[in-house]
Amino acid sequence: MLKVDNINVYYGKIHAIKDVSFEVNDGEIVALIGANGAGKSTILKTVSGLLRTRTGSISFNEENIAHTEAHKLLAKGLAHVPEGRRIFLQMSVMENLEMGAYIRKDNYKADIADVFARFPRLEERKNQVAGTLSGGEQQMLAIGRALMSRPKLLMLDEPSMGLAPILVDQIFDIIKELHASGTTVLLVEQNAEKALAIADRAYVLESGRIAVSGTGSELAASDKIKKAYLGG
Amino acid sequence: MTAFIQTLVSGLSLGSIYALIALGYTMVYGIAKMLNFAHGDVIMVGAYSVITTVSLSANVPSVVAILVSVVVCVVLGVTIEFLAYRPLRKAPSLAVLITAIGVSYLLQNIALLWFGSEQKAFHLALFDRIKPIVIGEVYINGITLITLVTTVVIMIALTLFINLTKMGKAMRAVSEDKEAAELMGISVNKTITVTFATGSFLAAIAAVFYGGAYTMIKPTTGSMPGIKAFTAAVFGGIGSIPGAMLGGIMLGLIEQFSKAYISTLWADAIVFVVLVLVLVVRPTGLLGKKISEKV
Repeated sequence: MLKVDNINVYYGKIHAIKDVSFEVNDGEIVALIGANGAGKSTILKTVSGLLRTRTGSISFNEENIAHTEAHKLLAKGLAHVPEGRRIFLQMSVMENLEMGAYIRKDNYKADIADVFARFPRLEERKNQVAGTLSGGEQQMLAIGRALMSRPKLLMLDEPSMGLAPILVDQIFDIIKELHASGTTVLLVEQNAEKALAIADRAYVLESGRIAVSGTGSELAASDKIKKAYLGG
Repeated sequence: MTAFIQTLVSGLSLGSIYALIALGYTMVYGIAKMLNFAHGDVIMVGAYSVITTVSLSANVPSVVAILVSVVVCVVLGVTIEFLAYRPLRKAPSLAVLITAIGVSYLLQNIALLWFGSEQKAFHLALFDRIKPIVIGEVYINGITLITLVTTVVIMIALTLFINLTKMGKAMRAVSEDKEAAELMGISVNKTITVTFATGSFLAAIAAVFYGGAYTMIKPTTGSMPGIKAFTAAVFGGIGSIPGAMLGGIMLGLIEQFSKAYISTLWADAIVFVVLVLVLVVRPTGLLGKKISEKV
């Protein structure tokens, strides 16, 4: 579904992503894990067109999207829940969901009902300004907003960041549910243990390069990974 | 009492013009995060458009002249954005600011070449046809009346547009977070174009009322109302649409009351002193929001 081939991304003179290639197949959950600053978010931003690669190609469903403008990608089925949630804090919960459905020309009332069924807290607060939501609710809104476009591939950047452990479990349950209902997921996480537990495959990033890759269970069992990321 | 009401009405009318212009500043600032100092000069171009259209033939209807002015201003605003500001989207804000000042001088000098330096009379037959209202000794002339009514209608329409339409919501989304808006499939460039078009439309309407009230137009006509309206936008809280409306009206009232009760010469100084005082107490302006982020 997504094939990233040999990309190199720079911030000015800083070479942030070096010769990175990976792929996400239809129906998988793929995790990108690694330390802070390893380049995980940069890769997602490059895939979604907010940053540009200098080399290589990014293809989504066989189409090269490396030069496609960011706002045209959602229509192709690629949704990105950015790091730090980035919901519209001054707009209501409902308006945030409407923005998620910005590209939809058909009636999306049923999708809003689906989001509310999945996240009842959001329905209770639908007319509230999003800035008044708690961190967990904001993350739910960010995910709900991304679902409004009915994406084929959902890219989640650090969905567990800053959340209490019970909420982290809840978010991971939601990711599993979304996956079970047919959404392919590309997950960026610092919480490697949780990410590996639900991932079909994973790539480990170290200073802008892919250091190791394998299935989720392989990596979770590897001594090297345990030492570096799982505190074992 | 008569003098008080008379001043109140003229203050509201002048304030309406400032508010219309201030909306252009504040919307562009809110969405494109830049100060478009050429905005005042769009008003000057709008006023000359009316003068030129009316001069073509004795029986050009006023409405046609106003429409021409609106079209010219909207095309001009969108063109300025496309040619001058869009290439600088990722440039430092100082570069954009200097460019805006450059565009302002460019427009003034083109007008100077085209229309000459002497003042030209602005006259629309429409304003003569509206009957003045006389209540007791209070006299409200046609131009004041139409300015007030039109501004109220436009402000309501604009508020509905921003809050209820898909494009209006997209504009608010872009103003809050451009990247996140892009990820929602919103074209930031298209949204900025619509913002400039809206601001320039409001400037054209302001030009018609300003011309109607002051009757004489010269190439630098736009700069003073431009500066005042910018002040009004800051006063109300730059980036805030209700703030620009409130700031414009307040500024008009302060100016007219200063002229009536204190001194004509000191009116502008008083306006700016009030601005400074407001900013000392409330650095974000009357309705400007301080955004706190939750983590």
